[in-house]
Amino acid sequence: MSDKKIRVMVAKPGLDGHDRGARVLARCFRDAGFEVIYTGCHQTPEQIASAAIQEDVDVVGLSCLSGAHRYLFPAVAKLLKEQGADDITVVGGGIIPEQDFQLLYDAGLKAIFVPGATLASIVDWFNTNVQPRA
Amino acid sequence: MERVKRIKAGDVRTASRLIRNLEDGMIEARSTIKHIFPLTGRANVLGITGSPGAGKSTLVDGLVESFRKKEKTVGVLAVDPTSPFTGGAILGDRIRMQRHAEDPGVFVRSLATRGALGGLAKAVGDAIHILDVMGKDMIIVETVGTGQQEVDIINHSHTVIVVLIPGMGDEIQAIKAGIMEIADIFVINKADREGSSKLRREIMAMLDMAPPTAFAAGWRPPIIRVENAFEPEGFNKSLEELSSTIEKHYQHLVKHDLIGSRIRRKAVMELNEAIRTCILEPVLNRLIADGETETMIEKLINKETDPYTLAEDVAKRYLKDLNL
Repeated sequence: MSDKKIRVMVAKPGLDGHDRGARVLARCFRDAGFEVIYTGCHQTPEQIASAAIQEDVDVVGLSCLSGAHRYLFPAVAKLLKEQGADDITVVGGGIIPEQDFQLLYDAGLKAIFVPGATLASIVDWFNTNVQPRA
Repeated sequence: MERVKRIKAGDVRTASRLIRNLEDGMIEARSTIKHIFPLTGRANVLGITGSPGAGKSTLVDGLVESFRKKEKTVGVLAVDPTSPFTGGAILGDRIRMQRHAEDPGVFVRSLATRGALGGLAKAVGDAIHILDVMGKDMIIVETVGTGQQEVDIINHSHTVIVVLIPGMGDEIQAIKAGIMEIADIFVINKADREGSSKLRREIMAMLDMAPPTAFAAGWRPPIIRVENAFEPEGFNKSLEELSSTIEKHYQHLVKHDLIGSRIRRKAVMELNEAIRTCILEPVLNRLIADGETETMIEKLINKETDPYTLAEDVAKRYLKDLNL
């Protein structure tokens, strides 16, 4: 019997060592029955895109609390696209002002989660919008 | 077959997706393996096992670095546990290996155990074949953090490295069966910590008492000390020693014609595994789908019958040629 699972990569791009939120999310995704690849802090967009492809994830969740999301999030989306992997859903979260949302959506991100988003609402979004591809 | 061609050309997406399809138990993925299987057997497969937190992933990272310096391409399969309650998993071995993420000569894939009990994931055997056909020279398989009994790694590896750390228990641990018996090489990791000399003595004493037959063609598992990974100079030196010991072990297998017995061990395991997949799983799935499983469980709980009677009845229906 086929046993499909959502594979998620939780990644922290750039010079931001605050990964409590990312770890809480990783744990929460585990409890939702997803397979979660966590790659740790201080990742370049190139490392994240390459690892996402090697791991065949369905979705990459980027966390950034440093304010550099305007550069880092689109960079990951662009690299995935260049490598023919734009079927991988990219979402982001962190301290992200509302006026930046459109720029990130235009760059290909499918959702932005900011402080106040409940874990349940994030898992719900994943279950509704992400299909395990196999 | 187009897919096989792409894997032979080293295409990461195709390979990773195929591994995914195998993990998910998709039948069409098996047909690709049928084409891949005859092409395998070129890579040197290395197994790394040891308790949780022993430093396996960090050692793998160091070995990758050392193999890359020798211009060998490397594939890594890193296994972490699946939650028995939610089916989810956190696959965190990669954290230690991310410096190689952009190196096209290195392919790292994390797998969750999904209920497999031997310290690996069910798809590992086929995933090794895929990395092999991609052309990886060295394939490193990192098990889950193991206890004493998760020894499936021996069925897949040319060389098994057991990673130990000081302070894990008294000398009785060293004479127990299981994981302590499968090592071709021991690593005492975090050897700058207290208790590492004692651990070394315990392993030595255990090896001294082993019957000579335990050492294939005279290979007595060497013990390599590896100190603090945050002090790169000493760490890298130990890793060079480990990497050359791995090479020596491989030469030993070749010289004494021992590779064949390891290949045979893997063949036996793969055959049993495939029979289970092709016979047992479809039957179990059918019983679940028909609601029969539930009925049988109820009967057992109410003591109306016993598990053997039920299983024999299932076997009689599905396996007509067996004389039960």
